[in-house]
Amino acid sequence: MSLAKRIIPCLDVKDGQTVKGTNFVNLRYAGDPVELGKAYSEQNADELVFLDITASYEGRKTFTNMVQRVAAELSIPFTVGGGINELADVDTMLNAGADKVSINSAALRNPQLINEIACHFGSQVCVVAIDAKETDGHWQCYINGGRVPTDRNLFDWAREVEQRGAGEILFTSMNHDGVKHGFANEALARLADMLSIPVIASGGAGKMEDFRDVFKQGKADAALAASVFHYGEIGISQLKSYLSQEGISVRL
Amino acid sequence: MLLNYTTLEVDVAIIKYNAGNICSVANAVRRLGIEPNITDKADEISKADCVLFPGQGEAAYTMQHLRNSGLDRLIKELRQPVLGICIGMQLMCRHSEEGNTDCLGIFPADVKRFCPTLHSQKIPHMGWNSLHNLKSPLYEGVNEGDFVYFIHSFYVPQNELSVADCDYIEPFCASMHRDNYYATQFHPEKSGRVGEQIIHNFIEIARPNHD
Repeated sequence: MSLAKRIIPCLDVKDGQTVKGTNFVNLRYAGDPVELGKAYSEQNADELVFLDITASYEGRKTFTNMVQRVAAELSIPFTVGGGINELADVDTMLNAGADKVSINSAALRNPQLINEIACHFGSQVCVVAIDAKETDGHWQCYINGGRVPTDRNLFDWAREVEQRGAGEILFTSMNHDGVKHGFANEALARLADMLSIPVIASGGAGKMEDFRDVFKQGKADAALAASVFHYGEIGISQLKSYLSQEGISVRL
Repeated sequence: MLLNYTTLEVDVAIIKYNAGNICSVANAVRRLGIEPNITDKADEISKADCVLFPGQGEAAYTMQHLRNSGLDRLIKELRQPVLGICIGMQLMCRHSEEGNTDCLGIFPADVKRFCPTLHSQKIPHMGWNSLHNLKSPLYEGVNEGDFVYFIHSFYVPQNELSVADCDYIEPFCASMHRDNYYATQFHPEKSGRVGEQIIHNFIEIARPNHD
């Protein structure tokens, strides 16, 4: 056996509630991120990502309280992201019990933040999320939730992120996100060949075969998805049985 | 479903020092219904029914902290069950290649750095991997091949005190037991139900009036 490929559901949280709808018939509190996280954990999700999409100060406090509850109630690793702009934010999240933090726009605005997180808390804590879009074969990085283009190229930025001490890269292809026709396997494989840190693939999951392909062709270490899990289109236990039959090492 | 303890039944101490993940370990113990005592006080640690020695950090730095606070001698003198986790297990060995550090010497083993032979073998070894050759009451109810969560760049080679093995780059020691000392390279506190079972088993070993 070998290190298992990880399946990671991502939960968007606004004012303490999960945003995307859920289709869990037996779940009374699907809007509560902690209850939803627990349900995923029971289905053998390997890790969870909680993204705070609240902007307000009050919302941040609610999110921090939620992180504490997740840490108290769940026994699998979890990453938190959204609104992390400086070292103090990282400290708050780790003290609340998060295992890792994910930074995106803040890293592109201030790349030194990656070095600081790695130096103060260790590389294993630092996940750098990259949103990028391909136009005529050129992959360009975006910030502010994919609204603002930057002059950075995906592959150059990924290499810099690794050199600065990131522990993992979470790459979302904006071309594939929401389309449900599979992940950006070519770009992912190029990242995997280039980097020596794990790559989490995001954007494009629609059916179980997409997960097989992202591990086999995209050489990803982990795959992240939101809506296919939230709407119950793919069950995590069912997905993992399928991947195992396809010869992919997963935790059953 | 695991037993749910009442707080008075068992006194679980968690050694408080400058290492990460102490909160996660405390949360895992709380999920079993026990309020642990997170402490660096020698008398409180000495009188506990069992002691958890967690860790996440750098060997030389954490070892220096243990020496400065006298916790190094205390840990070596404990007679109740002690469970070292991750860097806790590594610090219980003789020596670590990380920072060329002399450690506590409870286990006669030396800690090495992983040397990848393929590009796909990434360091740290991070994620879920499976346990094999289980042979301790710590693994009661845990099956060969069950997955647990690892995150480490240094490892203990296979040895005669090994009570669970794992395979990454090469087979290595995932868990050790000698006398009252137990250790896991993986994080039971982050290993889902399997991890809960292991922490539960450890507390069962330590529980007063255990028969």
